[in-house]
Amino acid sequence: MSASSVSEPHLATKVMISMTHVEKWYGAFKALSDINLSVRQGERIVLCGPSGSGKSTLIRCINHLEAYQKGRIHVGGILLTDASSTINSIRREVGMVFQQFNLFPHLTVMQNCMLAPMRSLGLGKAEAATTARKYLDRVRILEQAEKYPAQLSGGQQQRVAIARALCMRPRVMLFDEPTSALDPEMVKEVLDTMIGLAEDGMTMICVTHEMGFARQVADRVIFMASGSIVEEAPPAQFFSNPTHERTKKFLGDILRKH
Amino acid sequence: MNYTLDFGPVIDALPSLLAGCLGTIGLAIGGMVLAIVIGIGGVILRDSRIRQIRWLVLAFVEIIRNTPFLVQIFFIYFALPLAGLRLDPTPTAIIALGINGGAYAIEIIRGGVQSINRGQIEAGLALGLRKAQVFRLIVLKPALRAIFPSLASQFVLLTLTTSVASAISAYELTSVGQRVESESFRSFEVFGTMTLFYLIISWLLMRVFGMITTRYFSYPVK
Repeated sequence: MSASSVSEPHLATKVMISMTHVEKWYGAFKALSDINLSVRQGERIVLCGPSGSGKSTLIRCINHLEAYQKGRIHVGGILLTDASSTINSIRREVGMVFQQFNLFPHLTVMQNCMLAPMRSLGLGKAEAATTARKYLDRVRILEQAEKYPAQLSGGQQQRVAIARALCMRPRVMLFDEPTSALDPEMVKEVLDTMIGLAEDGMTMICVTHEMGFARQVADRVIFMASGSIVEEAPPAQFFSNPTHERTKKFLGDILRKH
Repeated sequence: MNYTLDFGPVIDALPSLLAGCLGTIGLAIGGMVLAIVIGIGGVILRDSRIRQIRWLVLAFVEIIRNTPFLVQIFFIYFALPLAGLRLDPTPTAIIALGINGGAYAIEIIRGGVQSINRGQIEAGLALGLRKAQVFRLIVLKPALRAIFPSLASQFVLLTLTTSVASAISAYELTSVGQRVESESFRSFEVFGTMTLFYLIISWLLMRVFGMITTRYFSYPVK
């Protein structure tokens, strides 16, 4: 409990994301059931759970890459509906980093970072370039700005992907297993970038199995199984004193692996 | 073999044969531009939310790809005037070539679009880009890159198919050649020269496609 009280002061009281009774169906399969989650501004959430537990689906609902069928999702006070204008205005506030980086192969690093600010936010070219350089510098990859994605290592690509998302100046960042596709020696550079972001007060939801990261950065760790939130607790409590059987088993499996 | 070659009539007719080459190139370029427009438009409409539009594109592709080009060009030139649409041979040929090439281009470009990883589209959407922007700015170029060799060979075929337009007397190399041949009876020389000209045109076209590849599609990929 002491760990959580130490990490509390940076949290504002403003709710950034709220999900109430959210359900998601793929045909007859219920992928998310009765999800209730409230994320305050500046809060860092780590989502974990076995594969197929719905953790990726959950964060993909927040920027409407997946539609949800029941309940309500509010992002920055706006109710996320199926209306494309609402979806787009929320997507401009919510950055996302994918497992497979998904950089655009035909654009240079710089162009990757400038595309959406220019085409989605309507920034001018000079302003977009300034922003891009700022965030590329922040993820320490500015010297690669004129290269194409295929010329970079996986870790470098993922840092560019983080910079690309930051160029939209989002209020929330979603990370969908950002280190799972990386060679082990590149995991650290990406995690360090994410830690830096957390220290600057970014609201973050990270789907990850990097439990060291969760321990160091998370305000809350949420464990999901079979489309439901099973347990949520500050990391100290989550790791030392999990209450549910499924959490214990999961932690046992994942910690044995390391 | 006591046939003596006489290129005299060919040399006399060289200006009109070269003009015929320009006619051929004009038809080919017109046809290719139209085919690209139909191809990209068709790919977008083929995934339309409206079922009837999807069916229309599907029917168009099936009808065009399963009927002879000569019949298609006759249909436009001789049948459509009965419905009130009368076109000159050259526009007719360009439209027929564009429609025919477009039907093939739809299928080819669609293959390229399907080769694009879903993650690319999601990354674009997550950055707040609209669907049409995602297609135009993110999907299209890598998709065209993936299928450009197929598209290029389809377009060489289209260029050679311009000779069919001689059937409606469009101004191009084959119709000019036929006239020169029928006036001089130097079949070997005339058709031999035409063969050479078509080869040169195809070769030039391949060079242009090669340059486009270098200029637009040479970004590195894994």
